[in-house]
Amino acid sequence: MAKRWARVPRSLRGVEEQLNRQVYLDHAASTPARPEVVEAMLPWLGEHPGNPSGSHRMARDARRAIDDARDAVAALVGMDPGGVVFTSGGTEADNLAVDGVLGASSGVAVCCAAEHAAVLEPVREFGGVVLPADAGGRIDLGALAATLESVADIRLVSVMAANNETGVVSPVAEVASLVAERAPDAVVHCDAVQATAWLDLAGACRGARLVSITGHKFGGPKGAGALVVDGDVPLSPMLRGGGQERERRSGTQNVPAIVGLGRAAELVVADREATAERVAAMRDRLEASLVATVPGASCTVPDGVERTPAVAHLCFEGIESEALLFMLEQEGICASAASSCSSGAQDPSHVLAAMGIDRAVAAGSLRLSLARATTDEDVDHALSVIPGIVGRLSAYA
Amino acid sequence: MGSQRVMVAMSGGVDSSVAAVLVQEAGHDVVGVTLRLWGGESDLGCCSVSDVDDARRVADALGIDHHVFNMGEDFDRHVVEPYVADHAVGRTPNPCIECNRHIKFDRLLRRARSLGFDRLATGHHARVVDMPDGTRRIARAADPAKDQSYVLHMLDQDVLSRLDLPIGEMSKDEVRARAAAVGLRTADKPDSQDVCFITSASRGDGGRREFLSRRIPLTSGRVVDGSGTEVGRVDAVEMVTLGQRRGMELAGGDGPRYATAVDTVTATVTVGSAADLFVETTTVDRAGWADGPVEGSVLVQTSAHGEPVAAFLGVEGSADEGQMSVSWDEPHRRVAPGQSVAFYDGDLVLGGALAC
Repeated sequence: MAKRWARVPRSLRGVEEQLNRQVYLDHAASTPARPEVVEAMLPWLGEHPGNPSGSHRMARDARRAIDDARDAVAALVGMDPGGVVFTSGGTEADNLAVDGVLGASSGVAVCCAAEHAAVLEPVREFGGVVLPADAGGRIDLGALAATLESVADIRLVSVMAANNETGVVSPVAEVASLVAERAPDAVVHCDAVQATAWLDLAGACRGARLVSITGHKFGGPKGAGALVVDGDVPLSPMLRGGGQERERRSGTQNVPAIVGLGRAAELVVADREATAERVAAMRDRLEASLVATVPGASCTVPDGVERTPAVAHLCFEGIESEALLFMLEQEGICASAASSCSSGAQDPSHVLAAMGIDRAVAAGSLRLSLARATTDEDVDHALSVIPGIVGRLSAYA
Repeated sequence: MGSQRVMVAMSGGVDSSVAAVLVQEAGHDVVGVTLRLWGGESDLGCCSVSDVDDARRVADALGIDHHVFNMGEDFDRHVVEPYVADHAVGRTPNPCIECNRHIKFDRLLRRARSLGFDRLATGHHARVVDMPDGTRRIARAADPAKDQSYVLHMLDQDVLSRLDLPIGEMSKDEVRARAAAVGLRTADKPDSQDVCFITSASRGDGGRREFLSRRIPLTSGRVVDGSGTEVGRVDAVEMVTLGQRRGMELAGGDGPRYATAVDTVTATVTVGSAADLFVETTTVDRAGWADGPVEGSVLVQTSAHGEPVAAFLGVEGSADEGQMSVSWDEPHRRVAPGQSVAFYDGDLVLGGALAC
């Protein structure tokens, strides 16, 4: 960008600013921390150095700060503050749910093939059962019922509240009642990471006794999340040491990030409904307009499937996601396709595969994810450039 | 030539790092791209995460954008699967050449064009030269010890007209010195070796054997002499390359013996003396040309660091299948089926083909 500035006469910089418009449509990957969150965090980076495990005044200040955050997270999830285990984020919370439950009572874990890798990988590692998804990417309830009947020693069933790639909402309460009925020794874990910004978690995770959240998906900072554990669910720790978090997660708490997480939890509850309504309208406009104006464009999620307002998900026939994302970036739009691998390359989506979407169709997928910070101008910009980009790439296909 | 948009294929090694430096210094608008080709076990191959990191950090240091493209599925289809299939029938594939043919100079170049790039640059040690008639040719690198023109023998005018090889005029030492002068972290990075998708933990035949054994059944077989008498055993005929001397348990006999035929159907390796390895003519197919077919006297190179030797190139059989006969001026060691042969006029690459 700096290089471009150098070539542009000062008088034209207004025009250049328009041309260089940056539109962030990758909120499902991470959201900006809200200003109130940043403000709440700052004193805990410098002014207040206390370790919450200490006994002096500064330590007690830090302890009070994270316990206030604990209350806010508990209220967000609708569970008891004593059950809040702060973690480094969603992946650790999901890992802890699976490892922790199976570590405390050896047995089998069950999840659906469209779960996040942070659940899928540990479930597979423990030799668990990975169930098929329906066309919406939700756990197949018939297969779940059959598995609960036929497989002994099921200790954990993990189901996400909302999918990270598509925003599709899972029938968590139905899963929980099936489990209660057919495998009463098992507990339900709900990965609510992608639902927190949009849904009342007490409802969305009803019946789950373990819930994962992470701050940076709803206006909080990266590096702080929580596994919220209901009552006396036995959980063996992955991190051992000083016994923090009631011996469920040792290690000095990340005080500034946890304070930010707590502040974000308070803020999100306050304006969630209004935000969801506004963003859903923008999401619908994006999808409808692209499907109407771009030949070969289709909505990935079938009509009538309940989802959060977070994601406009489309597939463009004959287009490669990587090429599309490159061109979008040239036009100032940051978006994604499926999940990114550690090298930064795009991997084929396991979620779309679980939905039964043909690999060739999925190869042209685009995830435009919106949030509270998204504006109508962002949507306008996306709509003004995407048809042309797809047209150009189609000409070379 | 004014400022153009140039995509530089950055492997994470020193050569392509310096290629990016040179393209940038020439005043072009540069974007670095690293291909992710292999999601398997390779930890040090040309597309591993640590190499992607090196490429990214070099791009950061140069202030250029860097992208990673996942072409793993195409790499599997066009490079890894044929590599395994070739071994299964006793051929000797060159995966680097197939990667150049199908991935770097086909898929990636097409991708570059669709994204609005004018040119593609890579860090190969070879030169692209302009001919008086306006066409272009690959020519040997300034550094003969590092010359990679052989693995670029398949490039045609469509590719050559859009290709830059910025380090082709430099010696390897000059490349490293340049990288050090710019302060690039890759300045002292060792050259990549062997097949990139075979894990570094067990390089050499051990790694190749392990890689193949997980994909195809390896068959133990008989080793026979010219009269059909069994003189030894091999534990994997799929691993034997024509001309190979070691790795066969041979009893008795005078002088060194070499594999002169590999038949995977009957699991038989025939061995003979050095003299049995030499032939007058080698048939090749799938010929491709820099600028149209060539017949007549040429220089022929049959391996990455082999010596070019004189031969007469003639059309044989069906021109559609690109079949040619290479009549060696002096009897030449047989070329293993599946190996690439590159044709030269002096230092200029005319084209290439695969030994039958």
